[in-house]
Amino acid sequence: MEYKAPKEAYKGMVREVTIGKGEKAMKVGGENILPFHFFDEGSLPNPPRFALEVLDMEPAEKTPHLIEPFGDVISDPIKWAKKCEGFGVDAICLTLVSTDPAEKDTSAEMAAQLVKRMLAEIKKPLIVYGSGDEKKDAEVLPKVAQVCAGENLLIGPVQKENFEAVGKAVLDNGHVAIAQSPIDINLLKELNVKLCKFLPPERVIIDPLSSALGYGIEYSFSLIERVKQIGVITKDSMTMMPIIANLGAECWKTKQAKENKTQGLLWEGMTALSLYLAGANILVLRHPETLKSIKETIGR
Amino acid sequence: MPISGSEIVKMLPGKKPCKDCGFPTCFAFAMKLATGGATVDKCIYLTPEVKAKLEDLLAPAIKLVTIGAGDNKVQVGNEEVIYRHEKTYVHPPGIAILISDKESEAKVNEKIKKVNELNFSWVGLTLKADLIALQFESGDKNKFLALVKKVNDSSNLGIILISEDLNVLFAARDLCADKKPLLYPITKENIDQAIPKIKEKPTPVGVRGASIEELIPLTAKLKEAGVDEAVLDPGSKNLMEAVRDQTFIRRAALKQGFRPLGYPTIAFPCFIAKDGLKEVLAASVFINKFTAVIVLSDFDQYSLLPLLVQRLNIYTDPRFPMAVEEKYYEIGTPDENAPVLITSNWALTYFIVSSAIEATKVSSFLCVKDAEGLGVLTGWAAGKFSGDSVGAMVKKSGIENKVKNKKIVIPGRVARIKGELEDALPGWEIIIGPREAAGIGAFLPEYAKSLRK
Repeated sequence: MEYKAPKEAYKGMVREVTIGKGEKAMKVGGENILPFHFFDEGSLPNPPRFALEVLDMEPAEKTPHLIEPFGDVISDPIKWAKKCEGFGVDAICLTLVSTDPAEKDTSAEMAAQLVKRMLAEIKKPLIVYGSGDEKKDAEVLPKVAQVCAGENLLIGPVQKENFEAVGKAVLDNGHVAIAQSPIDINLLKELNVKLCKFLPPERVIIDPLSSALGYGIEYSFSLIERVKQIGVITKDSMTMMPIIANLGAECWKTKQAKENKTQGLLWEGMTALSLYLAGANILVLRHPETLKSIKETIGR
Repeated sequence: MPISGSEIVKMLPGKKPCKDCGFPTCFAFAMKLATGGATVDKCIYLTPEVKAKLEDLLAPAIKLVTIGAGDNKVQVGNEEVIYRHEKTYVHPPGIAILISDKESEAKVNEKIKKVNELNFSWVGLTLKADLIALQFESGDKNKFLALVKKVNDSSNLGIILISEDLNVLFAARDLCADKKPLLYPITKENIDQAIPKIKEKPTPVGVRGASIEELIPLTAKLKEAGVDEAVLDPGSKNLMEAVRDQTFIRRAALKQGFRPLGYPTIAFPCFIAKDGLKEVLAASVFINKFTAVIVLSDFDQYSLLPLLVQRLNIYTDPRFPMAVEEKYYEIGTPDENAPVLITSNWALTYFIVSSAIEATKVSSFLCVKDAEGLGVLTGWAAGKFSGDSVGAMVKKSGIENKVKNKKIVIPGRVARIKGELEDALPGWEIIIGPREAAGIGAFLPEYAKSLRK
């Protein structure tokens, strides 16, 4: 029996999505192979991108080894973002946690102005996450979209409760939407179908919710693997979008990450690498040392 | 490559209904063989050739290999799928610590102690590393043999013996043969010399090639000689090559039914990566990508725990969500004024919520509703955490007789079931709790105080 290297070729292709504009523009997706499978027939024009997360308010919990790389800038989101640029990121992810009614309930207008100021200051494309409170996000995210019209931000989370309001604002103001659903392939497809009735699918990125190592990563891992395979192998249009894994905050919430620096870096690093291997196109991290060690591990 | 019962029956004697195998007909026996419900040796009329052929056809696509003996043995292989969502992975990889005979005695002692003693409790399980790899590097045979003897005497864990010098390898094997050590490396240069030695005292072997192609004639040769417990090292030089090689070997075994590659694999992040953090990250890639034995140069409690948790997570059976029993649980020593909270029965949800309650030191009742192993929000979305069904569970649980205050705290994420739950539980007040378990610390102490007023 002769051995023939079992290379595979597929018919589907992840849509190529551009985030940011002009010099800041960054492309994601566009591959017709599975993640890391450079040995199969096909190509991966855009390697997965890494972003560091910045919060719009000083974090309530200050794990020393997590805030240490940022020194005193964690009370100033713009300085924090600029510091992140020095760590070799592909993008900045700003999370508007303070807009949460359970936090500071910051107004939509104030939040949008912060995004605008940050855009003017940073050289990398910007990802903007609302607080996750679907009602408040329906006010905040459309305002951000309007105030930053034409900037081609990546905005989310667009959830099934607010997809009309947020999706519409993304469409009207020239941005890209993050469609988020809770670790379930059917809910994920359903949301994409609804959203793509008015938003071109090239303007959608999937956020299947990322769980941390030890706290449900196996669900995120297998879901991302499946979404990627259904898109690339079976050419299902509603899963052929790039995937974002927003995992930094989830990892640093865990007791194990807070307890010890090495353990924290590995907790975040292994979560990120696993979701990278599963098929994430954008990975959002918190710690610059995680970013560095992952890039070196995968040889970038 | 599964073979069907109707193909098997053609190879059976089939002339007389002897029933000696315990089945009424050859056909019934063949059907059982195909599904793994019987073994070939039950038919005493087969010629040795047919018997061997049948056994080969019925063998799993990836050979089961056992390293070590007794309670601490590690079994790898027998995997049936490429991606875990296709079914499940079955045999978690063995994780080994590498000890070289060039290391100082203090370092050696420290490593033996670590691998023997480091263990972690995790969701009711105990997580541990499993193997010790011993490398001949000093050039001094006696030094290496002394190390092997020492490790063999002071640990029950399985052993991997690494030596480029065959005489040293087999001398070391003779010291611990009863423990079924894995012998590494068998290569194209030494295989002819090695085979008779391996057959003296059969143990598993690690086959090393400079590429996948180079492995094929080696496993074929071993098999011909009757040595079939092997693990493969395709000689990947970096992580990119490693993912390729691991993927090709798994695909060749499962999709092409290519027997010469139907073995589990071994990888050495200890030789690929130089610094500690990246070595552990590389090991985590191997856990994700099919590898059956993973050798690390060193670890400590903070690098070993993440790796063991990842192994557990990836090898958890995705078909059965880990779930806990539906009932009310007592956390601490709750009395009739204690808070009552409710959550879903996904093991992870229960684990996170109960630890958050425990951390507040407020004794409470935690009702766990069977949502078929789903979390609260997905459970709700799937109709398993609706107001009606939660109400029915609360009534059935008997919690009513345990507390004076008829108040129950529901997760903030499913605040929308409040109305329905009020209808289902007349006389109860429904309190909307924090959206996430992380909010319990801020919420519960104050709330508990309010109940005692």
